[in-house]
Amino acid sequence: MSRTEDRLSRWAVTAPPTLFLLAFFLVPALIVVLASFQYPGEFGGLAPLADPGDGSEHGLTLENYRFYFSDFLFTEILLRSFLVAAASTLICLVLAYPVAWLIARSPKQHRDLLVLLVILPFASNFLIRVYAWMIILGPQAGLAQAVNGLLGAFGLAPVSLLFSPFAVLVGMVYVHLPFMILPLYTNLEKHDPVLLDAAQDLGANAWQRFWRVTWPLSLPGVFSGSALVFIPVLGMFAIPDILGGTRDMLIGNLIKDQFLGVRDWPFGATLSIVLTLCVLGLAGLAAWAGKGGRHG
Amino acid sequence: MALLELHDVTRRFGDFEAVKDVSFAVESGEFFTLLGPSGCGKTTILRMVAGFDRPDGGRILLDGRDLAATPPEKRPIHTVFQSYALFPHLSVGRNVAFPLRMAGLPEGEIRRRVGETLEQVHLAELADHYPHEISGGQKQRVALARGLVNRPRLLLLDEPLGALDLKLREEMQLELIKLQREVGVTFVFVTHAQNEALALSHRIAVMNRGRIEQLDVPSRIYGFPQNRFVADFIGNCNLLEARVVDRRDGELGLEAEGLGEIRAPATDRPGSTGVLALRPEQVRIHAGGDGENDQDNRFPGTVRDFLYVGDVTTYQVVLDNGFRLSALRANDAPGRARFFEIGDRVTVSWARQAGHYVPD
Ligand SMILES: Nc1ncnc2c1ncn2[C@@H]1O[C@H](COP(=O)(O)OP(=O)(O)OP(=O)(O)O)[C@@H](O)[C@H]1O
Ligand SMILES: [Mg+2]
Repeated sequence: MSRTEDRLSRWAVTAPPTLFLLAFFLVPALIVVLASFQYPGEFGGLAPLADPGDGSEHGLTLENYRFYFSDFLFTEILLRSFLVAAASTLICLVLAYPVAWLIARSPKQHRDLLVLLVILPFASNFLIRVYAWMIILGPQAGLAQAVNGLLGAFGLAPVSLLFSPFAVLVGMVYVHLPFMILPLYTNLEKHDPVLLDAAQDLGANAWQRFWRVTWPLSLPGVFSGSALVFIPVLGMFAIPDILGGTRDMLIGNLIKDQFLGVRDWPFGATLSIVLTLCVLGLAGLAAWAGKGGRHG
Repeated sequence: MALLELHDVTRRFGDFEAVKDVSFAVESGEFFTLLGPSGCGKTTILRMVAGFDRPDGGRILLDGRDLAATPPEKRPIHTVFQSYALFPHLSVGRNVAFPLRMAGLPEGEIRRRVGETLEQVHLAELADHYPHEISGGQKQRVALARGLVNRPRLLLLDEPLGALDLKLREEMQLELIKLQREVGVTFVFVTHAQNEALALSHRIAVMNRGRIEQLDVPSRIYGFPQNRFVADFIGNCNLLEARVVDRRDGELGLEAEGLGEIRAPATDRPGSTGVLALRPEQVRIHAGGDGENDQDNRFPGTVRDFLYVGDVTTYQVVLDNGFRLSALRANDAPGRARFFEIGDRVTVSWARQAGHYVPD
């Protein structure tokens, strides 16, 4: 094969994914970055970059970032969002691990069916499923009545399950659980059972076999499952909108409001950038910690 | 008291009896081998001794105590798996440290014992490598080191050399013998390679279809097979169908099918029909009508085929009465690959003390 041909075929292979990333990732990201340095348009949207000549705002500015740091409220919402995402991820992990493990250990001919059951909820509309939780957690439902009956027995005031951080967490966990189960299952299913025999043979009891063999081998699945839950939860606005109270605003709601509510696109873009930078920083930290764990 | 005893151990899978009434005893410090063709139940026996499987009948004793109620992790028995089963997420050193960690030894003691054991299997410099970074032979040594590091009463080895190439295999055989002598741990070794069993073992149990066919030291397994299966399975063997016609002063007169009368050493086992097992290296082959000793059993024949394997050549000789016999000759003249050509007239002979009569 000649050199030009070689170069050509290399291009043929790498060009499509490169173009794909450019078109669907890099360009939109750059647009958002640019927007975060612009002024808002008079009726939403963005003010022009070039001077329109009528004395209105135009060009680039740091005003949006200054505004973000002028009020700790925004950072507080951001931190709360991270907290909710972390809690949702942790709860998902705790709930998903045994499920994934059981599916991976079940007879081969049943596994596909069980996986299908895990993803079956996706067959119905996301909003309908979240609204269903409004009924389940609502004051008339058995759950709330049981809880408040119990509280009453101890002489405590009744609480509302719905429109609370608890309801938000329930919704987040419920919606994202399959995203944790699937990567965990894919990982656990690949484990060679002879490793557990070997561990047992060498003196490991059931807990040690899990902690020393299954768990460390499943870490890649834990990481991808966590990323698949953590990041969507971080940006989620529908669930806190429907199930949360007025004080449970998360960064997703805030950003959505900038675009759809108060129509301050540049500040929405700024919030998005801050959020993205935080996530990237966290991912970098995780990668660094992961490397350290492997060789340390 | 024997270290390990199996009494009438049976294991069924549905209607199929994988292990049938197997009994044997392994002495402390012994290198004991279970030898048999694929599917004869070797792994099943090891799994029951290790505790991963339970016998449907019979008892397994270690130091005289029944193991039935002891789970695998509590048995002072370790296994070297055929696939090695090294932990991929742990370095070589940490793999070897695993059983010591489980035993809750202090960190300093663990480090000392791991270093010592890795030294013994010549892997000290690979302690920080991961299993995917080392060769098959090295993995084998790690598995051995991991099995031996906390001095189990018994080490079970399930075809541990099966995945190695011939050269490495022979190297590892020598090392296994040396290592076992050094550490003094009792080995129960499983293989379907008869030469490996003969080379390594103090005693061999030859198995077939879930039963033990013969249990003895290697030289007797090879020299005095107790039945057709053992004679046939161990090494190459000429099996001559024969009938006893007379017995006198330590010798048998046999009427061999198609050969007429031959003489063979007596056996203490009765039975008037059976086979004479005759190793190819016991059969001498001469050109034309030469012969050495009229005490020998001698038959004329024609070379039909030969197999050159380097150090020796095995000749297939068709006797004049139609019987086929293999005879082996060492290639002791430099550069000679064979001493006879196909079609050569030869005489085969064997001493009347050679061969072993196996009554049915
Ligand atoms: N869990 C099981 N269920 C059903 N049959 C089994 C099971 N385990 C083993 N067997 C059968 O028992 C017989 C003995 O198996 P085993 O693995 O002990 O043979 P082996 O002597 O180790 O053979 P190989 O040299 O091929 O490893 C085989 O016929 C096998 O098919
Ligand atoms: Mg086997």
